[in-house]
Amino acid sequence: MNYVALKMLFGDRAKYLMLLCGLSFAVMLIVQQGSIFWGLMMWSQASITNVNVPIWVTDPGIAQVDEVKPIADTAVDRVRSIDGVEWAVPLYKGLLRARLPNGEYHQVTLTGLESATLIGRPAEVLEGRFEDIRQPDAVVLDQWAVERMGGPTVVTVGTIFELNDKLARIVAIAKTQKSFTNIPVVYTTYERAIHYVPRERRTLSYVLAKAKDEIPVEDVIRRIQSQTGLGAFTAEGFGMKTIVWVLKNTGIGINFGTTILLGFIVGMAIAGQTFYLFTVENLRQFGALKAMGTSTLTLARMIILQAFTVGLTGYGVGVGLATLFGFLAAHGGNLPFAETWQLLLLVLVALLAICIVSASVSIIKLVRLEPGIVFR
Amino acid sequence: MNDDSRPAAVRAQNVVKSFGSGDTQVTVLKGIDLDVYLGELLLLVGESGGGKTTLLSAIAGILDIDDGQIEVLGVPLSGLPSSKRTSFRGQTMGFIYQQFNLLPALTAAENVAVPLFIQKMRRPEALRRARAMLERVGLADRTEFVPKNLSGGQQQRVAIARALINEPRLLICDEPTAALDGPNGQKIMQLLREVGRSPDRCVIVVTHDSRIFHFGDRMANLTDGRIVNIEHIPQEGTA
Ligand SMILES: Nc1ncnc2c1ncn2[C@@H]1O[C@H](COP(=O)(O)OP(=O)(O)O)[C@@H](O)[C@H]1O
Ligand SMILES: [Mg+2]
Repeated sequence: MNYVALKMLFGDRAKYLMLLCGLSFAVMLIVQQGSIFWGLMMWSQASITNVNVPIWVTDPGIAQVDEVKPIADTAVDRVRSIDGVEWAVPLYKGLLRARLPNGEYHQVTLTGLESATLIGRPAEVLEGRFEDIRQPDAVVLDQWAVERMGGPTVVTVGTIFELNDKLARIVAIAKTQKSFTNIPVVYTTYERAIHYVPRERRTLSYVLAKAKDEIPVEDVIRRIQSQTGLGAFTAEGFGMKTIVWVLKNTGIGINFGTTILLGFIVGMAIAGQTFYLFTVENLRQFGALKAMGTSTLTLARMIILQAFTVGLTGYGVGVGLATLFGFLAAHGGNLPFAETWQLLLLVLVALLAICIVSASVSIIKLVRLEPGIVFR
Repeated sequence: MNDDSRPAAVRAQNVVKSFGSGDTQVTVLKGIDLDVYLGELLLLVGESGGGKTTLLSAIAGILDIDDGQIEVLGVPLSGLPSSKRTSFRGQTMGFIYQQFNLLPALTAAENVAVPLFIQKMRRPEALRRARAMLERVGLADRTEFVPKNLSGGQQQRVAIARALINEPRLLICDEPTAALDGPNGQKIMQLLREVGRSPDRCVIVVTHDSRIFHFGDRMANLTDGRIVNIEHIPQEGTA
């Protein structure tokens, strides 16, 4: 009877395609919305992922990565002296005003890396050599900075501009993950960063560190916290903290959460409804099968088979379409789009649940179905 | 009424069935007594809305009755739990409807094979038998057609083949010719008589088409909820 069930499903090409379209659309909607949402969240922690180190040491009261609370300069040495720490370097991060050759002003995020190791530098460089950052007055921009400041005709390798009235010369363009605020990022060495910014009592923003290989990161983090009184996080932990902060303190959580929830509910309602309609339209056929002696159990199995077949096909098509959308629209990182396996799994589970629910509703209808329907 | 010594395939005694409740309650069957014998084709006639379909559903065990007793091939239906009744129906009865009720997605052969699929027969064997049965109803060259590419008469032939594939002892037909034109109706009745009727099977045909009355052996008239008259139909030509 599985054969009959599948033939019933595929037999009416138009109805099947309608059903498939409904499900695919629902899946696409959810995956697309979810991916955009998660993409935005990735942007909000871009300052962490772009630096790409395992441990962040911060002010104990830190809320999120882009709201810097400077710590004492001695923190680097104190972290280095903790057992289990392989290395620790300073990172400067602060907002500054840049004045371009064309006279425009831009607010930029100045990022100062320890000059010996350049730990925290972007992995990919689009133009020039990142190491040239050690030359006098040298800075490196990320590609979003170039875009925001007016494109390669305005700023490119060799361009000289002013940072807080001091000279800066671009020696390379690096590739980074776009950030939420999309404030241009300017890299320089830690020492020169201090030189660019007005004197403050504390200049150190973060200490970046790594645990020794044989020691669990969590242990090292606990040691840093207890021995220095500072905040210490894994990159993932700090990222999560930032995401949670963004969700709580900006409209994104409510707005996007509502949109996604609606998308989810609408999508799943469409999916369930379409499949339910499909069985209702086939009720007469099921009635005929029942009159011919098909057991309720067999009918139930047929419906479940139909539900799962169309559900999984719709899932495949929907995910494919969403991925294609992500590839086309979000290509190059211009739009937030992060399709994670967790999201795909969640949607799969939800879809199968919906299939089971709508199949169950149909099955209940079938159990109650009077086979006498066929005489009418 | 038991004027026949042949074994009864269906024995209905004092069957009562009402629909609705309170003021709107209608008693459709008011005490039906009817025996149908193996080897005969019984016509069940009566005015529209008189309860013919209701009686068929009760005989098929599709509808529960309020009072009385129905035995099919010696088995009292009220004694069977619903799942047993379903499989009993699958094994002993074949149905032919006014609306042929073929599965539109299946070919003629597959439609005919459905009762065998239900009995878990393997597909190649089931389809082989289905094609042979289609040949018997004159559709050897249409076995791979889907219903919508067949005429009404051809679809009803497929339905007959499907009803007969299990060799059911009881063939139940509810207005099998009502959706067909005159000549096609005659052909279908001819087929039911030739292929459907056999010494160990009985055929019940509900109709109000007087042009096909001569295909029956007996005719029962259901009026006002009761069988008011059963008469033998004189057979011309056959002995
Ligand atoms: N499921 C039902 N619920 C309520 N009334 C019904 C139902 N089935 C049949 N009836 C009523 O029973 C009467 C007999 O119907 P039916 O057996 O279909 O008549 P026939 O087949 O002789 O035309 C009609 O008045 C019909 O409205
Ligand atoms: Mg009727």
